[in-house]
Amino acid sequence: MHEAAQTPAWVMLAYLAAGMCFILALRGLSSPASSRRGNRFGMFGMALALATTLVHYLPRFEVGDAPWLGNPDYLTLAEILGAIAIGAAIGLVTARRIAMTAMPQLVAAFHSLVGMAAVLVGAAAYLNPEAFGIVQPFPPGTGWTVYAPLSLAPSINPVSRVEMGLGVAIGAITFSGSVIAFLKLNGNMSGKPILLPLRHVINLGTLAAILGLIGWFTQDQSPWVFWTIAGLSFAIGFLLIIPIGGADMPVVISMLNSYSGWAAAAMGFTLHNSAMIITGALVGSSGAILSYIMCRAMNRSFVSVIAGGFGGDAVAGGGAAIDKPWKRGSAEDAAFLMRQAEQVIIVPGYGMAVAQAQHALREMADLLKKEGVSVKYAIHPVAGRMPGHMNVLLAEANVPYDEVFELEDINSEFARTDVAFVIGANDVTNPAAKTDKSSPIYGMPVLDVEKAKTVLFVKRSMGGVGYAGVDNELFYRDNTMMLLADAKKMVEEIVKSLG
Amino acid sequence: MDFISILSIFVLACFVGYYVVWSVTPALHTPLMSVTNAISSVIVVGALIAAAAAGASGAKWLGLIAVVLASVNIFGGFAVTARMLAMYKRKERG
Repeated sequence: MHEAAQTPAWVMLAYLAAGMCFILALRGLSSPASSRRGNRFGMFGMALALATTLVHYLPRFEVGDAPWLGNPDYLTLAEILGAIAIGAAIGLVTARRIAMTAMPQLVAAFHSLVGMAAVLVGAAAYLNPEAFGIVQPFPPGTGWTVYAPLSLAPSINPVSRVEMGLGVAIGAITFSGSVIAFLKLNGNMSGKPILLPLRHVINLGTLAAILGLIGWFTQDQSPWVFWTIAGLSFAIGFLLIIPIGGADMPVVISMLNSYSGWAAAAMGFTLHNSAMIITGALVGSSGAILSYIMCRAMNRSFVSVIAGGFGGDAVAGGGAAIDKPWKRGSAEDAAFLMRQAEQVIIVPGYGMAVAQAQHALREMADLLKKEGVSVKYAIHPVAGRMPGHMNVLLAEANVPYDEVFELEDINSEFARTDVAFVIGANDVTNPAAKTDKSSPIYGMPVLDVEKAKTVLFVKRSMGGVGYAGVDNELFYRDNTMMLLADAKKMVEEIVKSLG
Repeated sequence: MDFISILSIFVLACFVGYYVVWSVTPALHTPLMSVTNAISSVIVVGALIAAAAAGASGAKWLGLIAVVLASVNIFGGFAVTARMLAMYKRKERG
């Protein structure tokens, strides 16, 4: 800690200011109007943290007693700026090219990078503790770090060892977990849960081993302890995510967001850096709150999501459902009904994103508005593959955000609505969640679409069921008309009939 | 800074985070995730310290790789957030 005590006040204040900028960045997101300024605060904070670190830590050639007068080590500076430039180029190109439908994958990939960076920083601190100022004073109680036998490696502070161990462990879990989440979201890996026998025993055993080793690390800082912690943590990240099904990804991705924050915070503890600690706490709580919101929206407990096994190809309850009569409509029927309506509420889901129907959908809404129909959008919190995914897709299609409503703000309006237009959503509209106690989705908050005078339900075919594997009784109601086709094609045909 | 002062900052920041994040509108939850992603790359500070330090060359290389990874995240994260936020528009009236 002797090194940290020497950190000049301006450096500490600059880090504090960076932390405050990050708080303002999140604060800006309370409304779309202030969000862009918030994002600029974030960028400024990051630039401040980067510049401060470079100015303070870059080695200089000493000039007598005043090292700060010396020329900086330009070679090291060039290496670092080169590394930043490589990263910046990759990041900027990716950010420009990525399709908005692929945001969940991108965020998962970014999480994995934070996790890996945390592991690498932890490993660097382990290999070169003097640079990070975490060497235990010797003899104890003094400010010296002269260790009697020079052949011995410098002894790292026991507290720093715990922080370092935790940081590396959380970072490694974030990395391997996010890689699996990325592969599942990107379709490189099946979204079906992979269930190993005895997986709970294996997972709990591995977690206990990691914690035990972090404890042992305070006594023995040998390389094998450090690297075993890292290796086991990579393994547990992998094991924790493979049993979780594709439909639970909104929770997983929020949870990994949270972990990446805690990893940064743990590293902040190691480095005594307030910017990292503040950021870590912000990101950690943000991810935790998002996970909670997602779990609540699915009426599932966090533990049951983490335990996994949900969201695969579960067999639907009864086979009798298929025999029930249902009505099929055409694009012309749909166009006619909506043109006559006073108000239409559009309920988009993941299927809309898959079919890339959002642009055609906005065109349809524009035509309806020209006819004097009021058009609104209703979004369920778990529609899509990550929190807020539908809102971004609609915004991309130029849907004004004041026409887009959250579940609790619009649910009472369905009763006063002529047409509910469900496109690519399924389970989030299932009335069984309110009435059928035996249904796996019982208790989940759903959109009351069946209360509208007419429900138009766009779906590829009658066979498929939603991710929960339950039949939707909405299909067989008298006021429901099924529009069976690819979502994009169907909307385009409706646009033709309207035009 | 001693451990207790650091812990105090951490605990207070958790409270700030809790209240600030609950005030984020659900419509902006995706940009929230991408911006938190970008700011959590402040871990680059640790990477820079390792990359700038003299001494162990292994640690220096690990630091430089970490700088690359964190920079991807910083630039990519803020840029993609800005791109998304630019799309959120109000209804045109008139």
